[in-house]
Parts: sequence; structure tokens; C-alpha cells
Amino acid sequence: MSHPSSIQRRFPWHILFFLAPGLLIYVTFSVYPLLDTLWLGLFQEDATGQRFFAGISNYQTLLLDAAWSEPFWNALWNNTKFFIIHMLVQNPIGLFLAALLSSPRLRLSNTYRTLIFMPTMLSVVIIGFVWQLLLSPIWGISEGFLYSIGLGQYFDAWLGKESSSLITLALISVWQFVGIPMMLIYAAMLSIPDDLIDASVVDGSNAWQTFWNIKLPLILPTIGMVSILTFVANFNAFELVYAVKGALAGPNFSSDIMGTLFYRTFFGFQLQSGSITMGAAVATLMFLIILVGVMLYLFVVQRRMKRFQL
Amino acid sequence: MSTPIKAIATGLGGLSLGLLLATSSVGVWSAEKLVIESWRNDDSNIWNDIIIPAFNQQHPEIKLVFSPTPPSDYNSALQAKLQGGTAGDLITCRPFDVSLSLYTKGNLEGLSGLAGMENFSEFARSAWVTDDGKETFCLPMASVIHGFIYNKELFEELNLEVPKTESEFFEVLDTIKSESRYIPLVMGTSDQWESATMGFQNIGPNYWKGEAGRRGLIDGSEKLTDPQYVQVWEQMAKWGPYMGRGYEAQKYADSQNLFTLGRGVIYPAGSWDIPTFNDQADFEFAAFAPPVPDGQENCYISDHTDIAMGINAASPNKEAARTFLSWMASKDFAELYSNQLPGFFSLSNHQIDIKDPVAQQFLSWRESCEQTIRNSYQILSRGTPSMENELWNVSTQVLNGTLSAEDAAKQVEAGLAQWYKPHQ
Repeated sequence: MSHPSSIQRRFPWHILFFLAPGLLIYVTFSVYPLLDTLWLGLFQEDATGQRFFAGISNYQTLLLDAAWSEPFWNALWNNTKFFIIHMLVQNPIGLFLAALLSSPRLRLSNTYRTLIFMPTMLSVVIIGFVWQLLLSPIWGISEGFLYSIGLGQYFDAWLGKESSSLITLALISVWQFVGIPMMLIYAAMLSIPDDLIDASVVDGSNAWQTFWNIKLPLILPTIGMVSILTFVANFNAFELVYAVKGALAGPNFSSDIMGTLFYRTFFGFQLQSGSITMGAAVATLMFLIILVGVMLYLFVVQRRMKRFQL
Repeated sequence: MSTPIKAIATGLGGLSLGLLLATSSVGVWSAEKLVIESWRNDDSNIWNDIIIPAFNQQHPEIKLVFSPTPPSDYNSALQAKLQGGTAGDLITCRPFDVSLSLYTKGNLEGLSGLAGMENFSEFARSAWVTDDGKETFCLPMASVIHGFIYNKELFEELNLEVPKTESEFFEVLDTIKSESRYIPLVMGTSDQWESATMGFQNIGPNYWKGEAGRRGLIDGSEKLTDPQYVQVWEQMAKWGPYMGRGYEAQKYADSQNLFTLGRGVIYPAGSWDIPTFNDQADFEFAAFAPPVPDGQENCYISDHTDIAMGINAASPNKEAARTFLSWMASKDFAELYSNQLPGFFSLSNHQIDIKDPVAQQFLSWRESCEQTIRNSYQILSRGTPSMENELWNVSTQVLNGTLSAEDAAKQVEAGLAQWYKPHQ
């Protein structure tokens, strides 16, 4: 105060002070492990556990050697299917439920909201166990249920068949996580001002037109965000497949996704010995896939999205 | 108002006094504490209630803690613990390469000079020696034998004879299928390992002639596409119709439950199932050896050296650990272990009495049949793809009816040829 004319301003220590705790935790538990993983992927280990620098040879093996590349592409393709099923089933249902919940005429909407969100809070291991029992051809109730509605002949050991195990797992995961898009979209819908809806009704639009022309454009950014969250979560998924099908993600690797492939590579499985460096290479590729996906979204989709000032 | 508080205070006082006494007694008795890493979480009670107290009668100064991890997580958890320096002092050893690589990485202590090691034959130690045979790094504990366990009461009810040959085996299965609603063959393929272990490795030795075939695969003189291997998968391809409905989604625990509930008749087994069945089944059960191909005189069984114990090279209590291992090499331990866990057969040379009748049956095949170990365990699962994992995968598909026996053989052979010189 005594030198009001001084151009030199003091270094803003307080900003650093307030940033430091968060930054420190973030760097220690997120940035450092990530960089270390990227670095570790460039090494190899000999039989005695001695590490040596190997350049990109891990990646060459992973992408070009058939023993590694076939499981890799299989896992990537399965993971893509897993994601597509979530996008086609989970998010539309989430949107639909949010639209229903935000209807002012629906009674007990809080109860529904809680019930639908409940599975999201349960442990994946419990979800896997419960659904295995439900779908079990030995003890399960699904077969009896299907017979009681006349569809009994369509029952099968879905979790055990090569053609259906991945789809079944994806649908179980949808059932578990449908609460998240529902909540996010529901919150976005609640923030739409009533005046807008009223105005559209006065202008003579019916419920469908209101939804399509007024509500949907306004919640589009939220739907975009939900999609990118789904993408990241799906390509990091692991627990459900591991809990239900084990690390070998059978039959014939039909439910193998990036997470289980990484687990087998990094930790090893049964007589397959684990390789930390090769595992790091798989983890790096997972990171790159997610990075590319998120970048595409940020630079291609989000920039073109219209936003409205409410 | 003050009474409950007082009571709590007294309680706490008592508790802390108790703790004080407990810690002081630990201070007096236990100079050293050893932690045992194991995947046998099923055996926790037997270790805590019987084996450890028996050891402590002779060596009260060593405190033992049995700390198991679930089997499917054991290898990875152990590896992580060893690297992080938090692993226990005693390490339960998987057979062959998993433990060998721990030894070459310096995680396991060499045990060649250990007192008591002389009680184990070369065959018993084969799964835990270096490739040149010079150093033994785990003390063999037990082997497990494969065969079929059957429900005796249902066999009597349906008037069945115990099958000795392949065709008799399928006749029995046919009779069960046509004359009753019981599941003829209780096995599922969801967990995959049963397909390879209780299927392929169970009946296989009869076809590939035990050790001769196993060694042939290792030196490259035999290929998995040879008829003696394809035949095994051809047999398994015929199992599907006799397995329970929806067996593709049936897990190991489901199979155990189906059998012990009396809903199935024949259970492709490992001898380690005996203690579980003793606990859970309220009917009499017995075992028969894998049926031989028609017209074959000799029989072969899988008598797999499965479990051993080694010392963590980073342990601060190696002397105490060696004392414990030497005790494990004694006749006392062999008898205790084999009888407390019928189905795990001690690998030591001591003459011991097995009391469990079904375990006796399994053991009796050692006299009448030739023994071998699982053919994928030594050397052949070292590379990528690992032969053991391949066997899980293709055997499951053969049982599910989605892969032919020939294609299964071709796939495993091609996998082996990718990295193993003698097969190229």
C-alpha cells in the first residue's frame, strides 16, 4: 500500500497454496503413474527379472505378432461391441426414464428414481453373482419366468454361449449403470425453464413436439457428456467380466475386453506368467484409444454443438 | 446412569489387561512369527486348528499365521506382494514354471541342503527343481489324482456296474440318461479349467500312455495332432449330451452342489474334491479310475505333483522357516496332512495309513496303474500362447460342441509351434 505505483506485483503465492494439495494428490496418484506406465512399456524383462530398454518392440509384438495381435484385436472389437450396446440401449433408456421422471404428472417419481439408481451403488461382484444366479439354467428363475409368459423355448444358457455371453454381460452392465445417464439427463431437464415449455404449449405444440423441438436440443450437451462418460467407462471396464467369466473371458475369448486382456498380460493367469512391461504396453494402448476417442469428441462433436443461453 | 458407563469402563479395563497379558505372552513365547502364503483358502480351518497347533507342540517358540488368497488370484497377488516386499515368509509353491520363475528371479530360497529333503524322491521333487536338476527350491507337499467319483446309492438304484473301459463308460451314461432323470455326467464348462483338468488331463494319460507321451511332447517326437491326443478330444466331444442342461453356464461350485444334492450320478473329479463331498454329501460315494480304451491292458493315471512349500528369499526369519519345513518333511506331518485333507496325498517316502475310504481308492490306483503328471505343466506353458490356457479354451469348446477334436488339436499344436523349437 505504501508503494501504489510499483509495477512489480508480488508472486501470487496464495494461488499456489490453494492449488498445492489437489495438485500434489493428482500428480502423485494420477500423472506420475501414467507417465511411469508409458515409460515402462518401452522396457523388457529377462528371466532373472532384470529390466532393459527395448524401444517399441513391445508394441511391435502386440500389434504384429499373431500370438498377441489376435487377442488384442479380438478384445478391442469386443470392447467396441460392448460400447455400442451401451450407447444403443443404456443411453436411450436413460433418456426415456429421465423424460418420464420429469413429467409433472408422474406420482412417486422420487421412489422410482431411487430404485432405478440403486444398482449403480451396488458392488459389481454382487451384481455379477446375482445375475449369474438369475440366469443360471440350474437354479435360476429366468427360465420359469420366460415359460410363464410363453417364451420358454427361447431360454438358453446365455452366459455360457459364445454367441451370447458378451451381449448378456453388456446388458447386465446396462442394467447396473442406467441410473447414471438417467440422473444426468434428468438434472438437465429440470433446469429447462417452465416459461419455454409453457410458451411452446401456448403455440400449440403437443408433448412429442415439445420434447423433440424444445427439450432435446437443450439437453443435447448433457447427452454428449453422457456418451463420452460411457465411452471412457466401457473401455476401462473389467470387473463384471472378471467376476462372471474369469480372466480367460470365455468361451473362446468371446467376452474378452481390453481390461481382461490387460489383467492376463500384466498379472499372468494360471500357467501364463505375467509381464509387467508388456502389461504396461497394453495399458498404454488402452490409454491411447480412450485419448483418441475423447479428442475426437472434443474437437469434432462438441465444437459443433449448439448451446443455448437459458 | 453411571452403571452402564462403569460397566463399559470395567470391560475396557479388562480388555486392555487381557491385551497386555496377550502381548506379554507373545513376547515370551514367540521369538519369530512366520506368515504362510497359500491359495488353499478351503484349508484355513485345518491349518489353524490342527496343523499349526501340532507344530507348536514341538516348537512353541515359532508363531505361524496361515494367510490364504483365493486360488484364481493367488499367482498375481503373490507376484505383487513379492515385488512390494510384503509377501509372507513361507510361500506355497505352484508346480513347475510359476515357481521356477520365482526362483530364477531370486524370490525363493534354494533348499537343497534342507534337513528332511532326503525323504522325497526325484519324482516327488520334479515339479520344483531347476531345469538342470541341481537345485530344489520348494519342499513337496502333496499330489492330487484324477478319476471319477460316483454316487453309490444311485448306482445301486439303477443297477449299474462300475465301468472299466471306454465303451462300458458310455453304456453306463446311456443307461442313466434313458432310465432316470438324473444328470449322468456332472460337469460344467463355464469356468473352463474343469474342461482341461477334469476332462482332458483326467482321461488323457490312458491314450498318450502317461509319461511316455508327456516326454514325447516335450522332446517334440509327439505332436498334439497325433491320433493319441485327438482321440481324447473325440471322447470328450461325446460327453456333451450326458452333461446337465445349460452346462455351458455351469460353474465349478454348481457342479459340486449338483453332485452333493444327489441330482447327478458321475462326477469327473480331482481327489481334492473328497473333503468337500465328505462334508456336504449325505449319501455314500466312491471312485473309479479313468476308463481305458477298449482292449488296452495297462492303465495310466494323472498323479499330479501339485503343491509344495518354499521360503521367501527376503524373509527375515529364514531359520525358523527352515525349522518349519524340516518338520513338514517328517512322517508326522505326512500323516496329519494326508488324513486331514483326504485327496491330497503326501509326496514323502514315509509309509502312512490313509483312513478315508475314497482317498484309499484313489491311492490304490498307484499300485495298479502307471503315474504321470499333467502334460502341459513342464516347459510347454512357458511361452505365448501358454499351452495350459490353450487347453482350457479348446477343451471347453470341444465339450460345448463348437469345435471339432481335429481343430482343437491343430489349434494347440499351432500355438506350441509358434514359440517352442522342438515343435517347429
